[in-house]
Amino acid sequence: MSITDVLLLSLVAFLTRLVLATRWGAAMRGWVLLGLSLLAIFWLQPSMPIRFLDFWLPVLTLTITLCSWLLTAEKEQMRSKQTLVTTAFIFLLILLIALTRHLGWDDVLTANRPPQTLQVLVGLGILAVLAFLLVWLNKSTTRWQGAGILVLLILFIFLKLPNLTLWLSGLVRGWVGQSTANASGLDIRWLGFSYVAFRLIHTLRDRQAGRLGDVSLQAYVNYVIFFPAISAGPIDKVQRFNKDLQQPVTRDLNSFSDAFYRIIVGLFKKYTLADTLALVALNSQNATQIQSNGWGWLLVYAYAFQIYFDFSGYTDIAIGLGKLLGIQLPENFSRPYLKPNLTQFWNNWHMTLTQWFRAYFFNPFTRLLRTRYRTLSPAWVILITQLSTMLLIGLWHGITWNFVLWGVWHGLGLFVHNRYSEWVRPRLAGWGDRPRLQHAMNVLNVLVTFHFVALGWVWFALPQVSPSLQVFARLFGIGY
Amino acid sequence: MNTRFYRNVLLKALLLFVIFNLLLVFLPRVTGKDQLSLYNNLVPGRQRFPFGEAPQQAYNFSLYDLDAMFSSHEVSARTGSKDEFRVFLLGDSSVWGTLLKPEETLAGQLNAAGLSCQGVPVKFYNHGYPTISLTKDLMVLERAMRYDPDLIIWLTTLEAFPLEKQLASPLALNNPGRIQPLVEQYNLPLEVTPPAEDFWSRTLWGQRRDLADWLRLQVYGVMWAATGFDQFYTDYEPAAWDLAADENYFEFSPPDLPNEQLLWQALPAALDIAGGTPLLLVNEPIMISAGENSDVHYNFFYPRWAYDQYREELIQRAQHLAIPTIDAWDWIDPHEFTNSAIHLTPVGEEALAQDLKDEILDGLCP
Repeated sequence: MSITDVLLLSLVAFLTRLVLATRWGAAMRGWVLLGLSLLAIFWLQPSMPIRFLDFWLPVLTLTITLCSWLLTAEKEQMRSKQTLVTTAFIFLLILLIALTRHLGWDDVLTANRPPQTLQVLVGLGILAVLAFLLVWLNKSTTRWQGAGILVLLILFIFLKLPNLTLWLSGLVRGWVGQSTANASGLDIRWLGFSYVAFRLIHTLRDRQAGRLGDVSLQAYVNYVIFFPAISAGPIDKVQRFNKDLQQPVTRDLNSFSDAFYRIIVGLFKKYTLADTLALVALNSQNATQIQSNGWGWLLVYAYAFQIYFDFSGYTDIAIGLGKLLGIQLPENFSRPYLKPNLTQFWNNWHMTLTQWFRAYFFNPFTRLLRTRYRTLSPAWVILITQLSTMLLIGLWHGITWNFVLWGVWHGLGLFVHNRYSEWVRPRLAGWGDRPRLQHAMNVLNVLVTFHFVALGWVWFALPQVSPSLQVFARLFGIGY
Repeated sequence: MNTRFYRNVLLKALLLFVIFNLLLVFLPRVTGKDQLSLYNNLVPGRQRFPFGEAPQQAYNFSLYDLDAMFSSHEVSARTGSKDEFRVFLLGDSSVWGTLLKPEETLAGQLNAAGLSCQGVPVKFYNHGYPTISLTKDLMVLERAMRYDPDLIIWLTTLEAFPLEKQLASPLALNNPGRIQPLVEQYNLPLEVTPPAEDFWSRTLWGQRRDLADWLRLQVYGVMWAATGFDQFYTDYEPAAWDLAADENYFEFSPPDLPNEQLLWQALPAALDIAGGTPLLLVNEPIMISAGENSDVHYNFFYPRWAYDQYREELIQRAQHLAIPTIDAWDWIDPHEFTNSAIHLTPVGEEALAQDLKDEILDGLCP
């Protein structure tokens, strides 16, 4: 998102808040937010070289959202009048966006001119048939929900594995009659798919576990594509989001000032600090050009702060926009670089992602190992679960060796910290009455943790293993 | 959260902003002074002026603030001192070193030669800038004089002389306030009207471009220090070997080069700006093609008739003004040129440095 996009979205959110605070606005809140988010996912979707893909990907987002809801909804909900109206509303808005091709609004609502109306009607027809089949077959069962999760994971792998993305790009290019020779892994940039998939898997898993509760289609779609959080999170929970959606919004000045404060802080972090640091942060180009280890460390530090300010800046903006619209999105960062150990770092860095993995992978996997493999020692269980969780978090960023190594780096780090804290706890028990020593130890721990994380970013920042090793060698003066 | 708190913060910020702007507007502006800079303090000064069209790859970019450019240059680390002879090389992209690393440029090669005069080392400073305009060179020279050079070597070529080229250099075009006094003082046949400085142009808003450029220049200084890169090296198209048959040069047709359309006034102007500092003029090497139509053209810049007349005129005028001149036009093997008829390969620059160094020492310590 550019700074102009953020300012425009802030203005829209502010005006929307004023409308929502009226009696009519309060009654129409769900519809207003749905309409806005729907327009926003088309508007924010980046332009792509494959013809009409920037129109069809947001439609695909809505398709998987609708299908996931049908897999999680109760029978009565599916056939309710509100569901029909919501579906019609979504279809109508998609159609209206498609019709803008006749108004010459090519760059206003969508990145490029939408496809021909007949094509859109056919697409919507297919979507309607798919939805009808799911309703008719009434497949809201655990097995079908599992299948839904599997489909999302497969889609995820296709989008994150460069070779598969390239193959997919070639395939889509072939369908639309474009040259497959120009296919590239960068052709398919699906706005917010990672976060959409996380939200959908959360609802499907919660439905399987019987924790989901009643969520209308309108609330569900609102939750999944809520525009402030579509591109970079945070990953909210549908139950919590739904509660906020039911609350009335007010014109309370305090909440306005809170919201604008977060947006301004976010803008400053992202567009002043992060974008300036990006000029000197470690990247694949400068990694091999560094002349001395001192400068190498500076580039690594710059990257560590750039990625923090970038990501936490986006989160601040999302939270601020959410506040304007009366939705309190969860926090994602809480001074992570000031934490004295790696476990606390991960409890305060991209918190909603780690909470998601804890809830849907780490805890169930730990339970599974403890119940099925009772002979495994606790240390082995911790090693296996920490390592696999961090590996998955690494792979979520992209299926490359460097993300694997980044995941392993943190998985092993968490394990070592776990074992170390078990070992050191009784030995430090007597330090309670020595606050200065404790403080000094805390400062040392913060520094060690920060440097471990910062060095881990070397794997994250660079696309390949070889230049990463070269940077490590340079940082520690090996071979130079 | 407290709304009153935010209101107070906002009001105080606004007040400070207004005060800061008023200070900027009403405090006298000083030009020609070194600016606050990380260069030569926290990071080493650049060996050549900032210039570049791919900032993120080159850690360098083009800006028009001459003071900021000089402040980032190693020359501004100190003014003249007795422990070195300071030789300033002035000129276009061939001096700046397009496609060359700093140590491969003419200044770099001459520094590598380790010249000394009466036991005092000679240090060469690259003051080239990659656009061809004598007026731009005069402007740079005028600003460079405050760093006490012991010798100025001005490399130039015919392409820098046509009047229409003078303000085509963005650096010259964007500095009318510096060019206009030169035009007036030396009766240069150019029309420059510096924009009137209004209230808004002196505010923070009016100076946002300069401030942003200054900030970017400082940040890229870190990358310059970390990598030693200040140029993005790409594959290039070699300078044309086969040439067009057309004999015109700009809108000039044979047989006579119209001297009134060339800025010969720049020579006495440079001499005057240099004051008592010796000035050595070098007619820089050009590629002499042996390809198609090379009987008509030396290279894609120059038809033979125009270049020959220029050389003759240059020597004559320089002699008349008593400016020592080296005519190096044919010194370099034509295969040692890169993407232009004046850009040399590292080998070409080395050969030029070898040939020039004795002449330089003669000029510096007779």
